[in-house]
Amino acid sequence: MAPSSREEWERRFAASRLREASFRTMSGVQLDPVYGTSDGEYPGVWPYTRGPYASMYRSKLWTMRMFAGFGTALDTNARFREIIRAGGDGLSIAFDMPTLLGLDSDHPMSLGEVGRCGVAIDSIADMRDLFAGIDLGKISTSMTINSPAAPILAMFVAQAQDAGVHRGDLRGTLQNDILKEYQAQKEFVFPPRQSMRLVRDVIDFTTAEMPYWHSVSISGYHIREAGSTAAEELAFTLANGFAYVELAREAGLAVDAFAPRLSFFFNAHIDFFEEIAKYRAARRIWAMWMRDRYGAHDERSLQLRFHAQTAGVSLTAQQLEVNVVRTALEALAAVLGGAQSLHTNSMDEALALPTDRAARIALRTQQVIAHETNVAHVADPLGGSWFVEHLTDELQKTAEEILNTVADKGGGSMLEGCIKGIEDNWFQSRIADSAYELERTLNTGERIVVGVNRFMEGNDDEVAEILRITREQEQRQCDRLRELRHSRDTGRVEDARAVLAKLAAQPEANLMPALIDAARAQVTLGEMMATLGSVFGRHVETPSI
Amino acid sequence: MALRILVAKVGLDGHDRGIKVVARTLRDAGMEVIYTGLFQTPESVAVAAIDEDVDAVGLSMLSGAHLTLAPLVVQALRERGSSAPVVVGGIIPDADVAELRRAGVAAVLGPGATADVVVETMRSVAAAVGHTVAE
Repeated sequence: MAPSSREEWERRFAASRLREASFRTMSGVQLDPVYGTSDGEYPGVWPYTRGPYASMYRSKLWTMRMFAGFGTALDTNARFREIIRAGGDGLSIAFDMPTLLGLDSDHPMSLGEVGRCGVAIDSIADMRDLFAGIDLGKISTSMTINSPAAPILAMFVAQAQDAGVHRGDLRGTLQNDILKEYQAQKEFVFPPRQSMRLVRDVIDFTTAEMPYWHSVSISGYHIREAGSTAAEELAFTLANGFAYVELAREAGLAVDAFAPRLSFFFNAHIDFFEEIAKYRAARRIWAMWMRDRYGAHDERSLQLRFHAQTAGVSLTAQQLEVNVVRTALEALAAVLGGAQSLHTNSMDEALALPTDRAARIALRTQQVIAHETNVAHVADPLGGSWFVEHLTDELQKTAEEILNTVADKGGGSMLEGCIKGIEDNWFQSRIADSAYELERTLNTGERIVVGVNRFMEGNDDEVAEILRITREQEQRQCDRLRELRHSRDTGRVEDARAVLAKLAAQPEANLMPALIDAARAQVTLGEMMATLGSVFGRHVETPSI
Repeated sequence: MALRILVAKVGLDGHDRGIKVVARTLRDAGMEVIYTGLFQTPESVAVAAIDEDVDAVGLSMLSGAHLTLAPLVVQALRERGSSAPVVVGGIIPDADVAELRRAGVAAVLGPGATADVVVETMRSVAAAVGHTVAE
């Protein structure tokens, strides 16, 4: 007889290495690592609803990964060092709008946007400044970049190698989730199919050469921020995930060769129990569909691991300090839902990028949850709650209906269904409909947001200070770029661009090696993207409200 | 005849949740709404505003580039002889409102502006330049 899932869990837990800690309540009650019935679900055991690992936070707390980036690479480097000093244990790079769209800082469209929403990266020289004094062999790095993900990864790999760290030792995550750009975040450059070729090249390259790298971070965060419901966030994200699986399989990769390096990124919104149920349903659906639809066998292909970020859209510009409370509750939901890493927003992000002080309080929020509340002692502490189990089943049902709709759109292919849904504006319209409905409930007062439509006393209080990005930083970045253009070997630049253009026109070629060569030749990001664009063309969204 | 409003995204900012909600809000209030789509330049917005003969222009800005781009939109409109008022909405710190007003922006709608305030603001800025519609 096959072992019960309880017995299976016991076997796995016994084999886990635990961190040094006492797992008792404040009053001394000894806590079990998990609670459940003999025939129920268990963490680290199929279908992983209760968590990807048997020991969860008893082995390792989540990574407190704070997203940061502003101004020039040197400005952001200083913030990174501060994060490491304050006890953050993973870096996460926010790029500015020009970088996200693959434009150089001196491009006319970049005017006023350089260094504002993140750090400006134009070339390998900026990448070098960004990581000055930081050992990339020791810390993991997450990069929120999509349309230019492949060129940015190329610059990162090239500069790490210059710093003496082999690409095979690099640990981190490239967001590289282009589908949700067309659906929600809207920082797209090339048409969907050409963009998907770049995603394929990254998956293929990292699978072969970077064993500790996460090739795609399949992101629901932006879908939710753009206005979707929790069920839509769940379903669209998983649909995109399955689309990448089909993409890589079509490229000839075996599912178990790359799927273990896919990871997820979900929103942690304010509806506490629904969020927890969403994470549980996500793990269950991923495991079932990966096994049954895609034939995955390796357990790591079935275990959904995710990063969470508290909901930027839930922050209010009124009474900023109250945002600390919202963020704490959202972060708690992510932890109770079993997140592997977490970013907590700063209270002042309703107005601007965070100040050092606000960012520190946001990190402290995670540290309070991790070290003071004892909530990490027991895995999936809400598992078995009739309410949470029901909500988990409900979200699973709704999400699977949506997944089937997307697959039907593609005639059975999730990849085609996602692309068709984008081209037809189906995802975009659903998200806009949900956003408008949510806004309507706020306007009618059905939904209460403290400081926005109720409890306004204090709204006129002075705001202490917010971070100001000066135009001087933009100027400095453009000056630096001009120097680079003058000092580099232009013959080498032209050669590298010619190779890139030639290979871009060959759909079967993997562009990563040519991009790394181009990065080393100091070809700028804007130049790499323009070269690719000359072959791939550009995507224009048909405006719709 | 209904008021005609152009809503626009200028620059590289792809956040379009707010502008779509505002566009639908204005439409539900009986206005004719034209949306430019993403990644417009100040010039392309001015040309569209004139071609569509709109009564007011709404810009949605969440990337922090408002102090640079909003004045350029006002300037591009005036250079082409349009008096259409420009309203900026989005993540705009209070400290920036005065500078935007000095640059000719007719009104600023910050985070938390209700649907009623958005509609009323568009009506009043249009009325201030002589564009009114019988209720």
